[in-house]
Parts: sequence; C-alpha cells; structure tokens
Amino acid sequence: MSETKVAAARFVGQRMPRTEDKRLLTGKGVFVDDVSYPGMLHIAFVRSNVARGTIKSIDTDAARSMPGVRAIYTYDDIAKFDIEMVSFYLVSPPPGPKVTALANGRVAFVGDPVAMVVADSRALAEDAAAAVFVDIDEEPPVVTIEDAKSGAPVHPDVETNVAAEAGVEEDEDLEEMLSGAAHLITGTVRHQRIAQAPMETRGVVFAQNGSDITIHIACQSPHMVARYVAMAFRLPETGIRVLAKDVGGAFGLKVQPWREEIAAMAAGMLIGRPVKWIEDRLENLTAACPAREQICTLRTGFDENGVMVASHVDYAVNNGAYPHSPDANLAVPMFLWAPYKMPRLGFIARGWHSNTGGLAAYRGPWAMESLVRETTLDIAARRMKIDPIELRRRNIVTRADQPTFSSMGIPLEDVTPAECLELLLEKIDVPAFRKEQAEARKAGRYLGFGCATYIEPTGSTAVPVMASEMAQLRIEPTGKVSAMMSTFSQGHGTQTTMAQVIADHLGVPFEDVTVFEGDSTRAGFGPGAAGSRQAVAGGGAAIKTADILIEKIKRLAAHLLNATPDDVRIEDGKVIVSGTKEMTRNLADIAEIAYNEPDRLPEGMEPGLEAQYRYKGPAMVFASAAHGCIVEIDAESGFVEIKRWVVAEDCGVVINPAVVEGQVAGGVAQGIGQVLLENLAYDAYGNPTAATFKDYMLPGITDVPVLEFHHITTPSQAEGGFRGAGEGGNIIGPPTLVNAINDALAPFGADLLDLPLTPSKILAAMEGAG
Amino acid sequence: MSEHRIETKVNGEAVAAHVEARETLADFLRGKLGQTGTHLGCEHGVCGACTVIVDGAPVRACLMLAVQADGTAITTVEGLADPDGTLHPVQQALRDEHGLQCGFCTPGIVMTLAALTADGAKPAEDALKDALTGHICRCTGYQGILRVAQRLAGEAA
Ligand code: FES
Ligand code: FES
Repeated sequence: MSETKVAAARFVGQRMPRTEDKRLLTGKGVFVDDVSYPGMLHIAFVRSNVARGTIKSIDTDAARSMPGVRAIYTYDDIAKFDIEMVSFYLVSPPPGPKVTALANGRVAFVGDPVAMVVADSRALAEDAAAAVFVDIDEEPPVVTIEDAKSGAPVHPDVETNVAAEAGVEEDEDLEEMLSGAAHLITGTVRHQRIAQAPMETRGVVFAQNGSDITIHIACQSPHMVARYVAMAFRLPETGIRVLAKDVGGAFGLKVQPWREEIAAMAAGMLIGRPVKWIEDRLENLTAACPAREQICTLRTGFDENGVMVASHVDYAVNNGAYPHSPDANLAVPMFLWAPYKMPRLGFIARGWHSNTGGLAAYRGPWAMESLVRETTLDIAARRMKIDPIELRRRNIVTRADQPTFSSMGIPLEDVTPAECLELLLEKIDVPAFRKEQAEARKAGRYLGFGCATYIEPTGSTAVPVMASEMAQLRIEPTGKVSAMMSTFSQGHGTQTTMAQVIADHLGVPFEDVTVFEGDSTRAGFGPGAAGSRQAVAGGGAAIKTADILIEKIKRLAAHLLNATPDDVRIEDGKVIVSGTKEMTRNLADIAEIAYNEPDRLPEGMEPGLEAQYRYKGPAMVFASAAHGCIVEIDAESGFVEIKRWVVAEDCGVVINPAVVEGQVAGGVAQGIGQVLLENLAYDAYGNPTAATFKDYMLPGITDVPVLEFHHITTPSQAEGGFRGAGEGGNIIGPPTLVNAINDALAPFGADLLDLPLTPSKILAAMEGAG
Repeated sequence: MSEHRIETKVNGEAVAAHVEARETLADFLRGKLGQTGTHLGCEHGVCGACTVIVDGAPVRACLMLAVQADGTAITTVEGLADPDGTLHPVQQALRDEHGLQCGFCTPGIVMTLAALTADGAKPAEDALKDALTGHICRCTGYQGILRVAQRLAGEAA
C-alpha cells in the first residue's frame, strides 16, 4: 500500500490510469516493425559462426542470383561512408580500437555481422544470407575475463586486452589499514553475462528522400539517435527526422544505434529505397550488446565493534569485442559505500576485451556496487557474529550525519537509506521470523531472510549528454495544452506522468493536456530514458515552463480584468480573480485574446501563450531504498521459493505511485531473473549457448511474488521534489535475494556469490560441495 | 515456394488470400492484413506475445502456419473492443490495474485472458496464472497482471 500524500496537488500523487494504455491494449501501438513504406526492402545479416579469425573471402554469387535479392553489401561497400561509430557519450569515434559497422577483414565474435542481404522480404533475405559463404581463417578465441588477461589481443593494433582502466593497483596505506583491522572480510561476486532482452527486439526503418532522412527506430531517445546518425555519417542533423511512437522495452540496450542499425542505414542510402531491419530473437541473444559479466572482489576491514575502517575493491568487467563504449565502470567504486560511513576506500577497475558480444548498459549498470557491498556485509555479519541489521545500523549514513561526503567525495545532504531500512523493519518482524526460521530448520525446512539498502544517483546532470531536458508548452487558443517533451518512454508512462505535472502546475484539467514525445524534430535535444532521469529532468522542465506561462497569464489577465497579477490564479482551466467571481474567465478566452487580439495585450507583451525552458537539475539527486525478502529453499530440489518481498523506498515526491511501483517491480523481477535464472553463457570456443528463450530463461509470472510497497517521500532539491525510480529495483533486488538465500543456507556454511544461483549450485552447497 | 489459397474470418470479416506454405499466421496477420497488434517477441513459441484466438482457443500465431488457418475464425487484439471504443473487460481490467508498461507483451496476454474468460467463464485464479506462465513480460514484474488474474477469477466475482 502506498503511504504517499501530496497536499494540494490534484493529479501529482494520484494513481491516474495511463493515457498510453488505450492504444497499447487495442493493438494500436506503433512499434518499429509496425511501420512500412511502399517499395520497402528487408535486410538480413550474414554473421560469423566462429569467434575469431581472419576473413579470407566472402562468396556472394549464389546468394546474389536468388529470387527477390536486390543487393548484398559487405564492409567494402559501406567503406565509402567512412562511418564513425559514436559512443553513448556522443564521442566520435569512441575510445578504443576502431569499430566498423560490418566486419572489416576480421571477425571478433560469433554473430559478428559480415554482410547484409537486401531483399523483397525478410524470408527471402534470410534464404540468401544462408547461401553467402564466408571463409574464415579461425584463431583460438579469448572468451572469459581470465582468458583476456593472458590471451592474444582481441584487436590487432593494440597491446593488451585492457579496454579501460581506472584506480590504482598498489595502495600501501590502505593495505596497512586493512591488515591492521580487527576483522578483514573478503567477498568475491561473480556476475554472469545477461541479456537486456526487451520484448521488442532492436529494429530500424530507414527512408531517404534527397536530403530528408526519416528513421523509425527502437531507441531510448529519438533526439539522441538523430545526433548519433548525424555524427556517424557526417550529415546535417536538421535533415534527420527520428520517429519512435512506442518502444517495447530497452533497459539500456537501445541507448544508441549500434552496428546493425547503422549498417542498415548505410544499405538504405546505397540502394535508394526504404529498408527495414528487425532483429530476431536469435540475433538479439547472440549479437545485440549484452551486459554485466563481472568479477568483483571486495575486502573490508572492521574494528572489534563492527565499525568499518577501510575497504578495497577490485572490479573487472568483460567488454566483449565491440562495446557501446569501452568501460571500466567507474560508477561501481564511486557508489560502492555511498550509503555507509566508510573512512577510506581504494579501487582498481578494469574492462577487458574478449571475443564475445560487446558490452552495453543494462538497468543500473553499476549495480555491482550494491550487490558486492550488501552480500559481503551479510558475510561479515555471520563471521563476526553480529546481526546483519545491527551491522548495517552501526555503519549506515543517517540524517543526523548529513550533510556529509561519501568516501569518494560525493556530497550527501538528503539521503534516507537508514529511514528506509527502519521502515522496512517495521513491516517485517525479523525477530518473529528468526523464531519461525529456527523451528523450521529443526523440521528440515530452510527459510532465509535477506535485506539490502542503497542510494541511487538519479536524474544525473553530471554526465554531459544528460545535463538538461526541455519542455515546450503551448496553451492553444482553444485553451487546451500541447506539451512537446524531450522525454521518451519505453513503458515509463511519461505521457501520463508529465501530463499530471503540467496539469497541476498550470491549473488545467488532466484531460486537457496532450503530451507529444518520440519525434526528434519536436522539442529540443534530450537524452530521454537513461539514468532514471525523466521525472526529475522532464518534470522539472515542465514545471519551469509552466511557471513562465502562468506569469504571462497573470499579467495578461490582470491587464484585461483590471486587477493585479497577484490576485489572478488559474484553477481547473479557469482564470480567476480573487474576490470577484464575475471576473472569472475560461482559459480559452484569455488564450484567444493572447493569440488573436494583440492590441489588447499589455504594452510590449509578445502575443500567444507559448513557452519553453531547458531545465538543468542538481548534479545528482539520490533515491534511497531498503528491500527485504523471505525465501524457502527446498532441500530436495534446491528450488528457491520467494515467500515475501517488502519494498521501502524514497523517490521523493511521487508523481504516480502506480507508475513508480511498476518501475520498481519491473526492476525487482529482472533482478530475480538475474539471481535465479538468466545466463547468457558461452562455451570454450566462444559459441553462445543460450540463443533462444528456451535456453535463456526469463522470470515468468510464478517466479515473482506479490511485492509490498511502502513509500517515504522526502522531497529532493530538484524542481518539484522528484527523485528517479527507474533502475533501483534491479540494483537492490539481487543482493536482497542473494542474502536471503545465503541466510537460508547458513547452516551449511555456504556463501554463494556465483550467479546465477541455480538449484544445482544450491544443492551442491547443501551437500557440502559448495 | 508453393502458394495456397485460404479463406478465413479475421475479427468477423471474411478474408481470402494466397499464402506461402511457410508463412506463419503471425506474418500473415501482420504483413498481409495489417493487423499489427499481434506482436512477435521470439518467433519460437516461448514468449506468448503473438497469441491470437483461433476458433475459440488461444494460439501462438508464430507457431501456426497461415495455411492451417483455412476455414477458421480468428480474433486478434484489434477485434476485442467494441466499435464505439468501449474496452473488452480484460482490456479494462489491465488498464485499471496498471498491468502494462511498454505494452509489447500486452496483446498476447489480453488474448489468452479473453479466451479463458469468454462467454462469462470464471476460471480459478490459479488456472489463469497457469495460463499466464506462457507469457513473458519484461517490464511490469507481473504485479498488475497478477491483480487482473485475481479480478477475472471466479472466486473474486
Ligand atoms: S512470438 Fe510467438 S510465442 Fe513468442
Ligand atoms: S509491458 Fe513491456 S513486456 Fe510487458
């Protein structure tokens, strides 16, 4: 149940049904594959079936003569565009070895696109793709992080497989502090590779008419895509219109058009006809850029009272061959101990290249910080024989400690992990559970409780491309409101939440506000859905823009009605002068005058009721949360049943509790999948072993319990008081569940930190082999 | 590729067409009939996004060939709401319970639930949940969908 209350707001804080649902429920959504152009051709890729080698030859003759085949392009055909792939940070070219849209002489992973067939239908394109013969001189691949350390460099012109690096290897002072600590606790978490697996795969429809380019694409921000494409092909951005009405999930995968989308665009330019490429699930699971695959070792020193004295983290991540951007994930050390008082932290973080699919973001890309911290806190508690909750209480940052700085120098002013933890503990009676657990153990039943707390940077403006967001508002002469937003939804419900904010702040009915998104030529550049930022940045932009209009309406109405601006207010679409009922006018009447009767405006006032504002929020807005769950492990099968899951979270002023809870729930479900089911594994030859949804197991409806939600609403310093909520569930969900499982397995002395925690691993631990 | 003539009814309207032997029902509905509400999430029968109702039964349109649809009556998600826009009770329940986010998995879930609750049927909540294990939703964590199952079930009536 929600405990949210926002005084004086009519729509903000309400569980408003979503505007977007009607079209989505009736099949009227427009996803990328729903778009067709007359004369449109279809693309299928020819992909490498070996992980590493030199391309000796590509024989397209047989394929070229097959029915319906219009063209087959290899790297040589698109080389003339001299494409510069652009990183997530809009850096062109991205740091690291050069990335080409199609393989240039070498292949670097199974699934590497080598050529593309353009044909009358996807089926015909696939027929022909199967007939293209690529002769590859195979070499032994580098698959794992361990391989990468010793294996031959994945990319020819570089010396090592280190893709990116940050931190220092040797820190003598820190080592002294650690070795001198009363307790030194070490935990190594291995996180498997996972797939973002949005239900709608990637896809693009490209159409060019002279200098006008129209791109329909599954993406996280049409504005961002327009910039990527302009930079990649060195084209003027103004000629590029990127459209995306509905997107079936993205989760970090669709932040930028990557190799296939860019190659498909090049094909469209070459052939001079509209083209479509829709990724199929096999491609999605083998060639779309996956995520995670990390090994993280955390060493933490505690004094005899369980108070932390110092910590060091060694973090490694598999970047694959062609990551969206070479990444050592600095955010992992940065946020590692942020919700706790850690006097001294040292780190070394490295990203490694390998002959596997390239790394991309996934909801909470830095989530390892919470996973490794919260799981080793539980291990530490068991070793030191301190209750895990008590250990957290001794070290967590409370309101009384603030303002303060984290161990990495991040200013903390209004974070509430301690409050969230206490609220959680009000809802879960842990002492009662411990009794039940002890009783159950006697009967051979294994129950476990786990909790975790965290803070999450949201609405970040510190990352250059995410610095600002824009709203343009128009009160039409009809009195209705059009909002052109640079926000963008892949299920976030921003059409609804932004309308709630705008309707409240302008004082108009919710139904009178129409929010337009998904068109790069509407509103200004905005990064869209990345970094849990849309409520904070988009909401802030909407409020600031509404403020400009309200000022104008007040001045105009005061002038027309012989009042002072301070006496004018707008309520439910009416412009009201305090104390004089007969002076009330419909907003439409005022708007009509504003546009069409300039002579009646105050001296010097610009006609119309239109405004825009580009909002830059605080550098970082933190959301806080604590989650707790109770599991039972079946001793016969090793199967984990989640019996209860409680969420206590603070995302500031809540615009729509149903939308916030939906975001948290979606993240938690993905976290459950990560801990128990999902594994995008490779064999020793670099062959993906989970290429269908039969092998890559996603959580289903019976894998996710009913979640219990409790909100704290500490307004942030951002306009509107909002905090982000998009990624949190997927950051804090995994440690919560891992801790519960390890608590259940405590009688066996097991600390399982090697994801996924499959029944066989759990059984092995119970049999003492783990 | 051999072509075959088929006749079927889609959302109450008669359809006659030539289809390739290998063409799936999903591709036929989407590509030839423009009924793009039927979504393809995996094309191998696991995700359930492509579910449509064929002669009263929920069917994965990616696993059925268009030629097999000869002589059948098919309902897609476009055929559920009243012409005046009134949502089907399943659609309404999903809307009320915030049972969707991106909406990509949604048409399939709508069709499964519509088939199971057709003609006023009120299956047990567990039976509805069982059927929904054949659908993957990557966004919602199933919370709203679980509430919908509860609402549509016999015991809640
Ligand atoms: S598309 Fe048919 S079951 Fe996934
Ligand atoms: S709502 Fe996005 S997959 Fe279900």
